Amino acid sequence: MAYEHNIDTDGCKGCGLCVSVCPKNVLEISNQVNVKGYFPAYQARPEDCIFCAICCTMCPDVAITISEIEEEAAAQKQTEDQDE
Amino acid sequence: MSKVLMKGNEAIAEAAVRAGCLNYFAYPITPQTEVAEYLAKRLPEVGGVFLQGESEVAVSYMIFGASACGERVLTTSSSPGVSLMSEGISYITAAECPAVFVNIMRGGPGLGGILPSQADYFQSTKGGGHGDYRLLCMAPASVQEAVEMVMQAFGLAEKYRNPVMILGDGLIGQMMEPVEFPEKFKAKPSNKDDWATNGMDTRKSNKRNLVKTLYLNPEELNAHNLKLKAKYDRMEREETRFESYNMEGDYTALIVSYGTMSRVCRTAIDILKADGLEVGMLRPQSLFPFPVKAIYEAAAKQSCEVVFSIEMSMGQMMEDVERSVCGLRPVHWYGKCGGEVPTPEEVMDVVRSIVK
Amino acid sequence: MGKTFKRPEALADTTTHYCPGCTHGVAHRLVAEVIDELGIRGRTVGIAPVGCAVLMYNYFTFDFQEAAHGRAPAMATGIKRVRPDLVVFTYQGDGDLASIGLSEIVHAANRGEKFTTIFINNAVYGMTGGQMAPTTMPEQRTTTSPFGRKTEFTGMPIKVAELLAALTTPGYITRQTLISPKYINRSKKAIKKAFQYQLENRCFSLVELISTCPTNWGMTPIDALKWAEDKMLPYFKLGDYKLPEEN
Repeated sequence: MAYEHNIDTDGCKGCGLCVSVCPKNVLEISNQVNVKGYFPAYQARPEDCIFCAICCTMCPDVAITISEIEEEAAAQKQTEDQDE
Repeated sequence: MSKVLMKGNEAIAEAAVRAGCLNYFAYPITPQTEVAEYLAKRLPEVGGVFLQGESEVAVSYMIFGASACGERVLTTSSSPGVSLMSEGISYITAAECPAVFVNIMRGGPGLGGILPSQADYFQSTKGGGHGDYRLLCMAPASVQEAVEMVMQAFGLAEKYRNPVMILGDGLIGQMMEPVEFPEKFKAKPSNKDDWATNGMDTRKSNKRNLVKTLYLNPEELNAHNLKLKAKYDRMEREETRFESYNMEGDYTALIVSYGTMSRVCRTAIDILKADGLEVGMLRPQSLFPFPVKAIYEAAAKQSCEVVFSIEMSMGQMMEDVERSVCGLRPVHWYGKCGGEVPTPEEVMDVVRSIVK
Repeated sequence: MGKTFKRPEALADTTTHYCPGCTHGVAHRLVAEVIDELGIRGRTVGIAPVGCAVLMYNYFTFDFQEAAHGRAPAMATGIKRVRPDLVVFTYQGDGDLASIGLSEIVHAANRGEKFTTIFINNAVYGMTGGQMAPTTMPEQRTTTSPFGRKTEFTGMPIKVAELLAALTTPGYITRQTLISPKYINRSKKAIKKAFQYQLENRCFSLVELISTCPTNWGMTPIDALKWAEDKMLPYFKLGDYKLPEEN
């Protein structure tokens, strides 16, 4: 089973609570402002993410979701992320 | 159908049950507590809901919640209790929910007294709560009329999606008269799926209903008020009710009086008639909408010289009589308050003192 | 390793007006998750308060009523008595429940009305701009206690869970908090238990949730979590104050 972690950049209010609770230090606050004027959270180190959903639990805005994806797509995504 | 001798408060209670209203929330207050005591025993017999709330404030919101989820509801109270319900009434009206309120008026203001008065006229017809709203307000003059008005009130409340206020007084509440409960006054249940929060499963719908009164956008709130006003305008066209007494021929004076006060005036009119003085009476049965046109036409009769507003208040209905008469005739007020009821002799004296 | 996480069906797909880091959003989501898990969306009626959550009806996808300030328990009583098959909950803040609405909640709890109340305790009146609440902590500065709450003038903060637990009518009264994921998970269990008691037609239930108000406390959301932990939890102790089995 593979997972995909997604942050709704425009729904995030940049409160920082997810950053403070992530057990793997994956998240940070971006310096790119979103359409609402907030600085949203993003995965700075996505490869460390264990999909524990603790960030999802803490988020007051349901801005973070985790969905199941096919193994191949997960591998593909990992490659893309590393290229960036 | 045979008649039963019943105390007004109990007849009002039974009328609600006969009209298919099986839900009652209330708080004790003299002189209407017998309604609650009667329904506390009666509603369990018919599988209904009876709850004595902790205050009239709370009761008015129990009424709101129950009405908003689509059930017929009744509450009864008396003047100071209705003041407490006024906020709730404003909300229920704003939310366009049907409900029936009965005010068995007592002396005021403040704690006042426990004997009858008609001093809640302003409260009922000009708003006791805040904002632009109206109650369809009816005033019975006998226990039988109270029964019929209460029975009809549930259908009217649902027709307009607005609370209806039955304005009685301590006399109506306490006296015993023969009554019957004609089936014809019982309104059929109406479908409330359009708006009531009766549960999406109940409506077999995936669309939820919301009952609210907050409109932060001023254009929306203005539009909402215009929508409510259209209802009140319709009430004026369709629900104005009044009764004429001794107005078939010529009359020198016109009395405007409602509720039990009108019965005293009727006696005075009969005695004056025997004495050779013709006085007519127009008895409003709806206080909102007020029979403005009917009173004007009655005052406009050639023979009529003067109009009297006779009420158990310090002149609350007087203002509506004056605006109805529109300067056509002089309007005089006579009344007593605090639980004092004018006698026929006092009414006759007042009329004679003005009409020479 | 890992799990999925998505927006519950009972929660509307929209952004909220709540401040960044406000725990109302967490409380809303937990209620929605419980409603989804119990499969009761089609027969639930929520009652919105007056307070920051006045617009909460925009964030849920089932029937809602809007109450006057403090009166939600009376409205809930009205609904539950005439339609006992509906699942009814109120959601109220400090002013709504512990100030103007104190009579309504005490009497509803005392009568054992079978609805559920979610009580958001963040020690301040949020919507109106940060005034003192009955639950404001001693020496806490608010716009109407600018020198700090002086308990010799205004008394001590009201402990709602303890107050209601003192009634002898059976009920489920618990105090939880939303200040960390661990506590959030416990809060969800408490909320679910409360709704389950209602489904059993067992008793009145109230879940008090110690929450934060970063904006009116004048702190960042993260600092607000810390302040709640350091200042509120020692006074507003967490735990079950009443279980229906006890009486």
